[in-house]
Amino acid sequence: MTAPAPLADGERPPAAGALDVERLRASFPILAREVHGHRLVYLDNAASAQRPEVVIDAVNDCYRTYYANAHRGVHALSELSTDAYEAARGKVARFIGAPDSHEVVFTRGTTESLNLVAQSYGRPLLAPGDEVLLTEMEHHSNIVPWQLVCEQTGARVRAAPITDDGELDLEAFAGMLNERTRVVALTHVSNALGTVNDIPAVVELTRARSDAVVVVDGAQAVPHMTIDVASLGCDFYAFSGHKMYGPGGIGVLWGRRELLAAMPPYHGGGAMITRVTFERTDYAAPPQRFEAGTPAIAPAIGLGVAVEFLEAIGLDRIERHEHELLSHTVEVLNDLPWVRVLGQDTEGGSLRAAVVSLVIDGAHPHDVATILDEQGVAIRAGHHCAQPLMERLGVPATVRASFGLYNTHEEVDLLVSSLHEVRRIFG
Amino acid sequence: MSDLRDLYQQVILDHYRAPRNFGALEPVCASAEGYNPLCGDQVKVYLRTDGDVVDAVTFEGVGCAISTASASLMTEAVRGLERPQAEALIASFLKLMTGDGNGAAGVDLGKLEVLSGVKDYPVRIKCATLAWHALRAALEGGDSETVSTE
Ligand SMILES: Cc1ncc(COP(=O)(O)O)c(C=O)c1O
Repeated sequence: MTAPAPLADGERPPAAGALDVERLRASFPILAREVHGHRLVYLDNAASAQRPEVVIDAVNDCYRTYYANAHRGVHALSELSTDAYEAARGKVARFIGAPDSHEVVFTRGTTESLNLVAQSYGRPLLAPGDEVLLTEMEHHSNIVPWQLVCEQTGARVRAAPITDDGELDLEAFAGMLNERTRVVALTHVSNALGTVNDIPAVVELTRARSDAVVVVDGAQAVPHMTIDVASLGCDFYAFSGHKMYGPGGIGVLWGRRELLAAMPPYHGGGAMITRVTFERTDYAAPPQRFEAGTPAIAPAIGLGVAVEFLEAIGLDRIERHEHELLSHTVEVLNDLPWVRVLGQDTEGGSLRAAVVSLVIDGAHPHDVATILDEQGVAIRAGHHCAQPLMERLGVPATVRASFGLYNTHEEVDLLVSSLHEVRRIFG
Repeated sequence: MSDLRDLYQQVILDHYRAPRNFGALEPVCASAEGYNPLCGDQVKVYLRTDGDVVDAVTFEGVGCAISTASASLMTEAVRGLERPQAEALIASFLKLMTGDGNGAAGVDLGKLEVLSGVKDYPVRIKCATLAWHALRAALEGGDSETVSTE
């Protein structure tokens, strides 16, 4: 059941070495397929990444050989499943630098993790006049849960502005913090622009000016860089398995132990209790308190394997590889006068992560996506679930190419040549 | 297999670059908005009738080539039709898009046939039908109706 590392021991290049991308590609079966008669060029990793064989096999192996409900039985299979499920929690905790695996709650994904914080942390705390401070670059899943809890409590949502380069305006952010700010919720990496927010700086400002907790949406960060929640200094960190080469239907909420311990349950049901009578129920301690019902056992186990897969490759090397791809892309695109790259500070500003958003003169992103798809190039066109950001940038939609560890420079060239095809059609 | 040249025919590109009857209409009898939540594309269709006859239709909004060209061609095609004919044209066009036969019997789609390539691109059909759903809502008398493709 243990995952074969993608690179056998001893064969692993030194940490400073480049990724052996061809070899890694071979461990992702889907990358061998064709689309419309062309080899698939998968550049929609920010929406969802693909899975390596070790993850697919781990899920498969669970169902084929030892699956049963976790935490429910004394029989052999239940014990095996429970152990594997809890081992996955431990792997995730280590992966993100969580001091204690009881701080890792399995959820369905980032969306559920953020709703959980809004309802279990926010709802009992927030009062009329309180403020939840977001940023203009949030995904809808880090906006709507806060709007819902504000409607329920009378608190209000505010959004810190971004600069024209697509970065959080830290000065303006600091100016919006005050004694009524109860929650600061922001993305670590923007899914639409790739901007990497300086979380330690945000935490420092927040601690200096308010009593607010800092909730970080890590959906787009975890697949691309080393995450250490302890050094980030935040209070909650949310992410999804499917964007980090793991199965769908599983995600994580990390929260500080003392915060989780003081929070009421999110959902009620089995597995989250210690004792139930019709008069009262005693809740289990975290993380079980927040995992009502039968969890996504096999996906959680698959996520643990995805974590090992990433660790074996090394996030630092993945980050470097993706950054090279991004620089290559932006450099080529900046030479095309009919392409406008959005929110990339090309003047040596801070790094972006694996995402490039662009618009093409005279061609709507949807038409671009159709033309690229005909050539096997999968990108995303649209508002990327960030309508307030699109409004801020003054575009209805963008074309977004997003990279993963298996993308190549040759694929960047294919992307660019298919953009030339758009230009040929739309003139 | 589908071919991009069938989808992006010259007529479509022409109507995309220079949409006809673009803008608000004054005076207006009814209007309706169409919204595609998948892409955020939005179109507003304005209708003026004279008795039973469609006197003018205009539209505004931001959209892709397919949705813009379809709306533009629509405004030309329905002008001067009597209400039942306009309704039949809408039904016929929607049928062409969903691929149930080549439109309703007895309705000549004429120039609108250039959009028939869209049916080979299922995810784009909603782009082509957006303005048509809005026009249907306007004809049904709604003012500030919003129709959604979802
Ligand atoms: C920045 C960001 N936050 C949240 C989400 C929501 O993740 P999920 O759909 O897996 O819950 C996404 C994914 O689209 C995202 O990119």
